[in-house]
Amino acid sequence: MMFFSRAKMALILGICALGVLLSLPNLMSAPAAWLPWRHVRLGLDLKGGSYLLLQVDMASVIREQLTNTLDGIRTTLITDGVGYHSLAVDRVHQRVLVTPREPGDEAALLAALRKMVAGQVAPGGTPELAVAPLPDGQVAVALSTAALTARANSAMQQSIEIVRRRIDGTGVVDPEIARQGSNQIMVQLPGIGDPNRIKSLLGRTAHLTFHLIDQTANPAAGGPPPPGDAFLPMQDQPSAKLAVRQFVAVDGGNLTDAEAGQDPQTGQWVVNFTFDSVGAREFGDVTRQNVGRPFAIVLDNQVISAPVIREPILGGRGQISGNFSAQSATDLALLLRAGALPAPLNVVEQQSVGPELGADAIRAGTISLAVGFVLVILFMGLFYGLFGWLADIALILNLIILMAILSLLQATLTLPGMAGILLTLGMAVDANILINERIREETRLGQRPLAAMEAGFRRAYGTIIDSNATTLLAHVMLFIFGSGPVRGFAITITLGIISTLFTATLVARLLMARWYVAIRPAALPV
Amino acid sequence: MFLHPTLRLVPDNTKIRFMRGRFLGILVSAVLSTASVVLFFYPGLNLGIDFKGGIVIQARTPKPVDFATLRASFAAAGLAEAGLQRVGAANEVMISLESQATDKATDAAVQRIGAALEKAAPGSKILGTSAVGPTVSAELLRKGLLAVGLSLAMILVYIWFRFEWEFAIGAVVTLLLDMTKTIGFLVVTRLPFDLVMVAAILTILGYSTNDKVVVYDRMRENLRKYKSMPLRELIDLSINETLSRTVGTSSTVFLAALPLALFGGATLSAFAWTMMFGIIVGTSSSIFIAAPILLFLGEQRLRQDARVVRPTKARKRTT
Repeated sequence: MMFFSRAKMALILGICALGVLLSLPNLMSAPAAWLPWRHVRLGLDLKGGSYLLLQVDMASVIREQLTNTLDGIRTTLITDGVGYHSLAVDRVHQRVLVTPREPGDEAALLAALRKMVAGQVAPGGTPELAVAPLPDGQVAVALSTAALTARANSAMQQSIEIVRRRIDGTGVVDPEIARQGSNQIMVQLPGIGDPNRIKSLLGRTAHLTFHLIDQTANPAAGGPPPPGDAFLPMQDQPSAKLAVRQFVAVDGGNLTDAEAGQDPQTGQWVVNFTFDSVGAREFGDVTRQNVGRPFAIVLDNQVISAPVIREPILGGRGQISGNFSAQSATDLALLLRAGALPAPLNVVEQQSVGPELGADAIRAGTISLAVGFVLVILFMGLFYGLFGWLADIALILNLIILMAILSLLQATLTLPGMAGILLTLGMAVDANILINERIREETRLGQRPLAAMEAGFRRAYGTIIDSNATTLLAHVMLFIFGSGPVRGFAITITLGIISTLFTATLVARLLMARWYVAIRPAALPV
Repeated sequence: MFLHPTLRLVPDNTKIRFMRGRFLGILVSAVLSTASVVLFFYPGLNLGIDFKGGIVIQARTPKPVDFATLRASFAAAGLAEAGLQRVGAANEVMISLESQATDKATDAAVQRIGAALEKAAPGSKILGTSAVGPTVSAELLRKGLLAVGLSLAMILVYIWFRFEWEFAIGAVVTLLLDMTKTIGFLVVTRLPFDLVMVAAILTILGYSTNDKVVVYDRMRENLRKYKSMPLRELIDLSINETLSRTVGTSSTVFLAALPLALFGGATLSAFAWTMMFGIIVGTSSSIFIAAPILLFLGEQRLRQDARVVRPTKARKRTT
């Protein structure tokens, strides 16, 4: 136990040297060529920043899917000339219900629906819809579970992509965007202490559409809108409503670019946009056929503006004006460039820390760490003498090696993580206490120094392993089930146990063995 | 002069007869734990926003905080139930709001608080925001409890594999008693029970187990060494022999937690006070609870087990 071969000694010292080397980047401000440039990353709670957890509104994805199915059924039945009535969405069972006009129409209805369904296959090859006659004479067209899952998945992927584009557009440095579970997106924004602007950007689906206006209908007269119309509020004056044709003349999905700019004549802020070839053609057709009539630019069911078409717009370029400020024009341009979200996003959790609070946290953590470190070192030295001081040297190496491992993994250091480092150090010396107490006991029983040291290490090992294993188990659980900064705590404790097993036993043992070889004491100072 | 230990934690060769106090120890423990369970149900834990949902916003106003104006502005914005509290400097305020019914309402309330603050004290700066909607808080609570439950189960299995089953039962019963007391402590102090507290409880569980392992290891060693000594004396002997270890290891962790409690800021100090309470409870329960439980679980069986040679188990090593 107390004998170390040259190779073993070299290995232990080598690991310690490597630890010192790998932990150095944390103390340096600029990368050095001779050093792997990896260092501990500070968590958002220390350096300031925002964490947002967004949830995709899957109910609206399903709702949209059902509405599309209903529209499809209506078109099919009208084209095929099949009689039906009471076509409606059954949201609870995620299906569309339709009743044949006469009982004799049922066969024709079923045939038409089956033909329509056969043409719709979800990604993955499973049929998207299933047609089934119900006992009460109605026919149900239900969305299949596989299709819903596929839709939800693609909505998720699309949402993540759009969120990334929108955040990139704001110029936040090093944002982190990741999928979490089946319907959540985690967003981390370092350095952003107040995420309100980004939240408002993410809170809009930004679905832009161009519609013709029904000049015959009057929303102010009250009553329901005529078939095919919708009364939509004006953005800058929500009480005023406009009768807009529901038919989408041109979709914002056909935009290729959008820029904020100032109108040279009025000096007002506007958003200039460019269509792709399909959009340009559609836009050209609509404007040519409707010169002199107003049309509505609609964003998320609100009319931004309703200009009158003065001349056909054939180049695929247009302009949106509507009481914009510089900021709101820039934001709208950014949203249009990034594209529309497939479903609304809700913020379900927000944690933001401004730079001041982050600096406070770093100060609190550092002071605690320093004071705790000194207390533990003094305790060991005062209560265990030489072997305590040697354990202290091992403890300092423990801190260095722990920092090296954290740096190598580029782990995130949080405020609870700093607490974890301190507790790791407090628990690390427990191994040395167990060893030193055993050596003391063996000495008291009359063992010679070398034998006592041998016994101390040999017999303490099992207990050290046992006690560290139980702590390890508990913190692995915390890492798996915890979230946010608390995971930083679990990480430092878990990695700390690994560095402790190395330093508190091997390094301390090597130090004590070298001391013994150098001095050959007749009695141990215990 | 620093070669020899300057101080001694526990004198050598103590002969304290701990088992004499076993009934008193268990009685005190049972009373405290029962009281804690009662407290757990009424008035209950002060759940933090991780688990309950809600909003906490820390802000700095340009001038010293005028609470009356602020309160009026919040009431006007329909946020009358918002709690306002001074933190640190005279121009810093902590605004807290209970959980809202939906995630959307929670996020909307964050915006409304910001607007009401700006209205009452123009030029205010939000220093930090923490808002948790009901979806997330329910999930975090479920996961937090799962982490504690699974950790307990794994510790039970681990000790069962490493020791005889009596030790495992003794350890886990003691851990449960420790945990209930920690929860009682949290109820009485009204410290917020959040994810960081789950971390504290798990650390206490892991730590308390260490302590029991040290004492149990020595009992196992002594069971083989003194075949005819009555179990009661043997347990006393084992506790006395390991007393300096138990006290020493607890002291270092206590010393590490102390600065966190004093300088660590609101979150960490709540964590650290709980840790220190847990360390004291865990250390004393190793002596007064875990050991007597073994005595009750039966002298007969442990003696038998000690005589049977089981080469598969690591019997030689002890501390």
